[in-house]
Amino acid sequence: MFNKKECVAMLLAGGQGSRLYALTQDVAKPAVPFGAKYRIIDFPLSNCINSGIDTVGVLTQYQPLVLNEYIGNGQPWDLDRIHGGVHVLPPYQKATGADWYSGTANAIYQNIGFIERYDPEYVVVLSGDHIYKMDYNKMLEFHKAKNAAATIAVLDVPKEEASRFGIMITDADDNIIDFEEKPKNPRSTLASMGIYIFTWSKLRAYLIANEEDESASKDFGKNIIPDMREAGEKLVAYRFDGYWKDVGTIDSLWEANMDLINPNIPIDLYDPSWKIYSRNPVLPPQSIGKNAEVQNSMVTEGCVIDGQVEFSMISDGVIVEEGAVIYDSILMPGAVVKKGAKVEYAIVGENSVIGENCKIGERPENVEDKDSWGVAVVGHNISVSDGAVVAPKAIIYENM
Amino acid sequence: MEVNMGNVLGLVFANMHDTTLGDMTKNRTMGSVMFGGRYRLIDFPLSNMVNSGISEVGVITKSNYQSLLDHLGSAREWDLARKKGGLYILPPFGNVESTLYRGRIEAIYGAMSFISHSSAKYVVMTDCDVITNIDYKPIVARHIESGADITVVTHTGVYSSDELKTATVLNTDGEGNVTSVLIQPELSGSCTASLNMFVMSMEFMKDLVKDAIARGLVSFEKNILQERCSELKIKTYEYANYFRKLNSPSSYFAANMDILDPANARKLFVPKRSIYTKVSDNAPAKYDLNCIVKNSLVADGCIIEGEVENSVLFRGVKVGKGAKVKNCILMQGTVVGDGAQLNYIVTDKNVTVTDKHILTSSPEYPMYVAKGATV
Repeated sequence: MFNKKECVAMLLAGGQGSRLYALTQDVAKPAVPFGAKYRIIDFPLSNCINSGIDTVGVLTQYQPLVLNEYIGNGQPWDLDRIHGGVHVLPPYQKATGADWYSGTANAIYQNIGFIERYDPEYVVVLSGDHIYKMDYNKMLEFHKAKNAAATIAVLDVPKEEASRFGIMITDADDNIIDFEEKPKNPRSTLASMGIYIFTWSKLRAYLIANEEDESASKDFGKNIIPDMREAGEKLVAYRFDGYWKDVGTIDSLWEANMDLINPNIPIDLYDPSWKIYSRNPVLPPQSIGKNAEVQNSMVTEGCVIDGQVEFSMISDGVIVEEGAVIYDSILMPGAVVKKGAKVEYAIVGENSVIGENCKIGERPENVEDKDSWGVAVVGHNISVSDGAVVAPKAIIYENM
Repeated sequence: MEVNMGNVLGLVFANMHDTTLGDMTKNRTMGSVMFGGRYRLIDFPLSNMVNSGISEVGVITKSNYQSLLDHLGSAREWDLARKKGGLYILPPFGNVESTLYRGRIEAIYGAMSFISHSSAKYVVMTDCDVITNIDYKPIVARHIESGADITVVTHTGVYSSDELKTATVLNTDGEGNVTSVLIQPELSGSCTASLNMFVMSMEFMKDLVKDAIARGLVSFEKNILQERCSELKIKTYEYANYFRKLNSPSSYFAANMDILDPANARKLFVPKRSIYTKVSDNAPAKYDLNCIVKNSLVADGCIIEGEVENSVLFRGVKVGKGAKVKNCILMQGTVVGDGAQLNYIVTDKNVTVTDKHILTSSPEYPMYVAKGATV
């Protein structure tokens, strides 16, 4: 028997994350390392448990190996529960056939059985590619108070950025009256954060109807929300005013990492009342050597630093040898930067080795043609031989 | 010789040598003394046992074991939360006639009901006073091969009188057979000293302990190793890998400083033979603008705004702006105020050093600041 849960969270973690290029070749986007000791999925999972939601379905499809192993039994997030807990939900074969998840709505549709086991009143639908700290319970209270069918979390963004987002147009009572996807001339500055709360009985009906419509693209943004609006369901916008960032691109992933060491950006990982949990590697404390200079950076366990590190995120087990220089960069777990190498404005993937005297990336001020500048990326498990140069904006998929 | 380590029971004595570390063990067992930035001493024997293939371990405690219980929890972090075997915490078993144990023999006797339930054929016993990454497998193999009654893990080297004051010294015939035993001798120089790790067969140990209890004997070292030396077959296993024995506050300080040298750290933190410890979900360490950190071990959760040199910083330590921390061990949650200066200081958990305060001591006698104190 399953204990009833008022609210179940469904985390969409199946996307390929193709705009992260080399970083998501073999790893699902939610499992991409972030912020020195986290992976992206730590944020929504920690938000769930901190919000009192202890039943989470993680919908996986693309390259799930690393993600599955990382989530494991959910213990690091206190989600190893007798009733509920975290469940990884890949597509599976049924008596009527087998289908991949063909869209975000279809992924939830295929797991109606999972949700119904907990007989919930509400379902939270989350994405696995956002960095933020949010109390979903406050949003749920808002959803209940508004007696809404669906509540969409929104962020008030600067007008010039609004055309990058899905924009919600609301009335004075925060009812959503219209929406537009990446509008050229936005009519509002309320951007959807990709966080939804549905009254389950309503969502269930729309998922089934959408599934029967063969022309539909089985997507929340394209089908479910428009269908609900057309049917006159109550859709409301929940205003969130904290830090939130989509990390779906190389630039935004790099920026979000740098935000963690920017004192002017309001995301605090040191707040004991809202910890972000992660699966901890078993490694000794970081060793800062006699020749090291580390400033304005985050460094975690198992690192051995004897070079210069500034404005950077250094993940577990990274080695920075004497004379190596790391500026404004992200070194993912197990990366090694050898003597005399210089890494600037770059992301170095897991277990990649940067040979002696290599030069990876470049400062923007040193590049004349601004269009040719960008964060350089070395993918996972790549070896860059001594003295090699990786240009800014380059993305390295193979050993060089 | 291939040994089945599934046949081996581990016994860890968490309280032995409690008095050697002074105030640090006033309110905690030796096993729960903090070490190396994120560990407690018991992490080393437990991890060593697990890495050697021992999956059934009893931890014998005596007093002040609340911090130890808190640290070990379900023992999941050491992979010892098992259905078969796993970790057993054995607090002193008191009844109307008995009191707290007085020595190793009574301690084992107190754990006898646990020991009797084990189907293991051999037992590895260790205290928590040696920092090392040791594989017990070849030691058990040698024990079985040699047909010894008791195998004592030893190290032959040059010792100071301070070191031998708390040690058990074994004289051998040159082939590892123990011929006589000196307990806490007033000696110095080259000799073979016990690392307080022993291997016995289960049957032999049970008989030995029951017999000793019947005779009112309490000390394993004195009443067994020393007094029955010629009658029993006691062999040494010479251990030559990296280790540090903690037998005084200054040796504790030196052992921490020793692993600042990456060469030593590599001998202790060996890939695939990890030292496990409790996870505490701290954010990464943050190095602020203008901070200077040299030759130090830093754990997660630290926020460093000042200068740190030749020091070990445990989880969640804060070093304020303009503060200077040199040659220090700052345990979990220590806060060093802006402009404060510390040299040769050991702070226990949650110590607060007020702004601009200056504390200086010497390498021979590093000053210890008790848990929770504000100075």
